Amino acid sequence: MNKIFEVPLYAYEASPDQSAPAPVRHKVIVVGAGPVGLAAAIDLAQQGVEVLVLDDNDKVSFGSRAICFAKRPLEILDRLGCGQPMVDKGVLWNKGKVFFDERQVYEFDLQPDSGDQRPAFINLQQYYFEQFLVDRVRELQAQGAPIEIRGRNKVEAVGTHPDHVKLEVETPEGSYTIEADWVIACDGAGSPMRAMMGKDFVGRVFEDNFLIADVIMEADFPSERWFWFDPPFNKGQSALLHKQPDGVWRIDLQLGWDIDKEREKRPENVIPRLKAMLGEDVNFELEWVSIYTFQCRRMEQFRHGRVIFAGDSAHQVSPFGARGANSGVQDTDNLCWKLKLVIDGKAPESLLDSYDQERIHGADENILNSTRSTDFITPKSQMSRILRDAVLDLSEHYDFARPMVNSGRLSVPCVYDGSPLNSADALNGPSQTRPGASCPDAPLGDDFLLPKLAGRFTLLTIDADAPDEIEVDGITVKRLALSVKDDPTLTLKRRYLGDATGAVYLIRPDQHVAARRDTYEENAFRHAVRRATGKE
Amino acid sequence: MAELILSPNLTQADDFYADLVAAHEGLEKSESDAFNARLVLVLANHIGDNAILKQALEAAALKQE
Repeated sequence: MNKIFEVPLYAYEASPDQSAPAPVRHKVIVVGAGPVGLAAAIDLAQQGVEVLVLDDNDKVSFGSRAICFAKRPLEILDRLGCGQPMVDKGVLWNKGKVFFDERQVYEFDLQPDSGDQRPAFINLQQYYFEQFLVDRVRELQAQGAPIEIRGRNKVEAVGTHPDHVKLEVETPEGSYTIEADWVIACDGAGSPMRAMMGKDFVGRVFEDNFLIADVIMEADFPSERWFWFDPPFNKGQSALLHKQPDGVWRIDLQLGWDIDKEREKRPENVIPRLKAMLGEDVNFELEWVSIYTFQCRRMEQFRHGRVIFAGDSAHQVSPFGARGANSGVQDTDNLCWKLKLVIDGKAPESLLDSYDQERIHGADENILNSTRSTDFITPKSQMSRILRDAVLDLSEHYDFARPMVNSGRLSVPCVYDGSPLNSADALNGPSQTRPGASCPDAPLGDDFLLPKLAGRFTLLTIDADAPDEIEVDGITVKRLALSVKDDPTLTLKRRYLGDATGAVYLIRPDQHVAARRDTYEENAFRHAVRRATGKE
Repeated sequence: MAELILSPNLTQADDFYADLVAAHEGLEKSESDAFNARLVLVLANHIGDNAILKQALEAAALKQE
């Protein structure tokens, strides 16, 4: 059977650019057709920005890799027009079990957070995730959107100039040169773009190896996340079992530092390990096996003139907590509306520096969280292991210790506190929706709030007056007028008003709050729009 | 800000000390270490105030002000 990751989805085809007498200039070139590069390209194309994606391969990611996609990225994907197929295909789960040594110490239920259209997360193979993004690219192309993917186009050299970037691209039919006003480098943790530009990537190396195996099983394991600390089948180490669509299970086994990777990867060594874990009589087939080590590190700056790094090329975290692809999609969500305004001449180029500030803040938060998870899962000293084991032993008997058990803190959106784009908070409202926060969803009858805030500046009024539209330096801000009565569940009131009786929110195109007040004040909101677009 | 109590606060200090030592009787070193770790976590949860706990961490480190 042909797996989706074995089929070329964007096979190489010669482009007229390759035989052009002079290098053809594109508006934006995205390097890398992974989850982050494709999300960036779709976002720009939806806004009418001409974008070309170059990838050194012609297929979606080999093997599952990223499998857990969180609520915020799913909301972003809704805006990009491909959230629904992902949720339809993905596995929903809300029960987790934690094992220590030979026993289950506790289990937990993640109650669905009522009031949100999207679940806390879904499990979905990365190759499906990418396939749905490629499907969306094809759909946009059919509608005439200016988007193109070129497979087996490998960037071999980069030349940066004040007003453009020059790329030397290798193809099966030789190399050619093209130019772009802007380049977004989404070429992964090993980023050749970063290496070619000689930029550093510093951080912490974790001396540990993990065996990752995706197995196809007929067994009837429930849709739960099982995490083992120090299990009998992997003494002194950890293990994880998690379900993906199509009866594929993700198994993650910590192996330690001093191992022979090539030897451990061989099926004759992998299969006994899995049998010890799953039981002798469980039938399974290996879909994908890999051994990985990881680092937590980031670039000092994500923007280098007209080359902007996003996703793993800019920051790398441990896999615990699903913060890789999830944070990369949030990078592009932050970047693309800013780039569109700059390209249209409606905002100064310096607006792009706020991408650096906001997403470095996000990356640092992700690195901190994933480092803490890693330190809990793989204690680095005798005493930290004693404390870790004490937490696990207590968690079996007492609720209080369970929040300290850290097998990965699930990705939640970062609040851009202190961002230069925020205006001072002028509402005595909930902290959850303070300036810098990403808007939480709320049910509005048969519909939800977030789809109504998509892709442009919005003035959200809740039981407050404001003009239907204001224009500030060529940027149109449209009002969305709501009342607490629109949501009988009172989620809207709880999340956006708190004790206030009315509120006016200025919401950015990426659904983050830029400013809020109890009433509309023309001058304050004009300043807030200017501030949110890098003009003040 | 709440302040860590560093003046005498146990009404029966000798009793508590004797109980603490007794709790370790018959334990191997590794079992004692684990016991102490659990005790610290139980007490920390009861205190429940990060500012106090930070002061306690500093006090236990015996750093001079």
